[in-house]
Amino acid sequence: MDLTLSPADEEFRAEARAWLAAHVPAAPLPSLETADGFAAHRAWEAELAADRWSVVSWPREYGGRDAGLVRWLLFEEEYWAAGAPARVGQNGVGLLAPTLLHHGTAEQRARVLPPMASGEEVWAQAWSEPEAGSDLASLTSRAERAPGGWRLTGHKTWSSRAAFADRAFGLFRSRPDAPRRHEGLTYLMFDLRAPGVTVRPIDRLDGRPAFAELFLDGVFVPDADVIGAPGEGWRIAMSTTGDERGLTLRSPGRYLAAADRLRALWRERGSPAWARRRVADAVMGARAYQLFTYASASRPLECSPPGPESSLNKVFWSEYDIALHETALDLLGADGEAADGDWAEGWVFSLAGPIYAGTNEIQRDIVAERLLGLPRGRR
Amino acid sequence: MRFALDTEQRAFAASLHAMLTAADTPSVIRDWARGDPARGRALWGRIGAAGVFALAVDEKYGGAGPRPVDLAVAFVELGRHAVPGPLVETVAAAVLLAGPALAERFLPSIAAGHTLATVADRERGPEGSPGAGRALDGEVAGVRLVRAADGLWLAPGHGPVRRSLDPARRLTELSPGGELLTRDPPKDALGWARLATAAQALGVGLALLDRTVDHVRRRTQFGVPVGSFQAVKHRLADARIALEFARPLVFGAAVTMDPADVAAAKVTACEAAYRTAVTALHLHGAIGYTAEYDLSLWLGKARALRTAWGTPEECRDAVLDGDAGRP
Repeated sequence: MDLTLSPADEEFRAEARAWLAAHVPAAPLPSLETADGFAAHRAWEAELAADRWSVVSWPREYGGRDAGLVRWLLFEEEYWAAGAPARVGQNGVGLLAPTLLHHGTAEQRARVLPPMASGEEVWAQAWSEPEAGSDLASLTSRAERAPGGWRLTGHKTWSSRAAFADRAFGLFRSRPDAPRRHEGLTYLMFDLRAPGVTVRPIDRLDGRPAFAELFLDGVFVPDADVIGAPGEGWRIAMSTTGDERGLTLRSPGRYLAAADRLRALWRERGSPAWARRRVADAVMGARAYQLFTYASASRPLECSPPGPESSLNKVFWSEYDIALHETALDLLGADGEAADGDWAEGWVFSLAGPIYAGTNEIQRDIVAERLLGLPRGRR
Repeated sequence: MRFALDTEQRAFAASLHAMLTAADTPSVIRDWARGDPARGRALWGRIGAAGVFALAVDEKYGGAGPRPVDLAVAFVELGRHAVPGPLVETVAAAVLLAGPALAERFLPSIAAGHTLATVADRERGPEGSPGAGRALDGEVAGVRLVRAADGLWLAPGHGPVRRSLDPARRLTELSPGGELLTRDPPKDALGWARLATAAQALGVGLALLDRTVDHVRRRTQFGVPVGSFQAVKHRLADARIALEFARPLVFGAAVTMDPADVAAAKVTACEAAYRTAVTALHLHGAIGYTAEYDLSLWLGKARALRTAWGTPEECRDAVLDGDAGRP
């Protein structure tokens, strides 16, 4: 058991800290769920990418630094401690990129990853459908064979970032007669501005178009944009959702920074006794998540998440995030309801955590059945 | 950076687990609770021979320490098997007695597992405040220490035994006076005691979870195992999540021994174990509510450990005073 960093890791951390200190915008950018904010965040991604800070864990050839998991965690700690902006490219970087690195072709990686790293192409996910949420395998959007590719038809929804994004990825039913519904699904990438795509933004609770419905009417996708073999989509997507729930979606750095901000707010407000317990819990929870993640990063690759262990993680951070923001808003007193307050958008964002990336009920089922060995039952 | 137990540490845990499984701790605990410590003392000797107490004692005095990570590994197993006796107190005593003048006299016997020690910590609360001056298992301990504002005392005796909500814990007042051992004992005994308590609580919680998972897999109602119901599964999933996030705090605290980290480990592990106990009781139904059923031996301990060596709120205060995890 050793928590000391190597001199090389310390050097990496110092380099990241210095770069961030010199580059992080002094004033916060507008919300990334607005047209202006999206553009500003895209420009920030380009600035990060110019010095190889946008995707540090990726191979160098795609714009990364070949940083191992520990260095990625250190970068994230520095990033959020510096008060740097939210990451507009996260859906692509956290979900699609790991999928391409595991299951994509060299051509796909070379074509898709560099513009993703620079923010030139921002990706949205297209998983859910009106009748396929937690029960994702019941999806009905179709991919039908066409010369040189596929035609997509159907209705996707709750597609985060799609209001302003460039491209999307998701699962489509390519073989409706497959004996089991998990079979016959294909993982595809498509252009949100292609003929046949209609994007209808959906306003989130705070009125900002954080997601969208996608109507697809015979949208052509070339074979080159199928990931893995046709019909293998479910297996491939599950490895992606493992990543989403695992380390790459919510780094501990973000909660360490948020807990620090919360503690500072509490002190500013005169350290009220009624909030003491909740602030301490936020500080401890961030530390627990940091150490939990260091432990995951220390495990040999073959036994690290994705997998059922990432479900522990997802329930933890999503519930933690809500509790932290609730405490912050309570500390603000009557100002807590102001929609333009420092913590307001974070609170709205936190409320979605237990719902997306597999609801926390699904995660608890996974923990109970796959980690504790309890029998499957009705959902 | 390698935040994982090594092969030797995992083997150490496995060998303690095997030894304690074979020892049939529930019947040892019941003897102990009745005031018959013979089998408990014999088990103590085996735990000492396995090198557990030596981990808190310097090599100069027959120990192998200080090795807080290995100690945490051991205490998880001691908690998992609900081993009775002043385990944490003996560790605290070993730290309090570590000064050169006293170490020679006391530590070799503690390290070897020949001496059970207990501690009344009067420093942590004002004289006369609840629990101040009370020590665990004072009637079986060979060394009874009182940590007072004016120094460390060797108590001449103990008062009557008061029962605890954990049947295995026998509470005793230590008599005033006795021998003043030192005016200035080492300051870090509280940290070691909290770390050991946190690890022990984690083990208690893991055992409660395992036993309950076994129960709900076997118990059928409406023609199916009750463990197939989501209402049951989700409570157990929450227990697992709480314990899995307490574990890295316990081992992180063992690595840094930072007071804020240790306090965070203590409160988080004890609360996770206690919530697991509440869940375990509920999911066992009425059988879990009986003294006869062995689950009770773990339930009471989860409650007792929560306030041993620092209440949850005292520990939270220590967390807010520190800056753990900051680069």
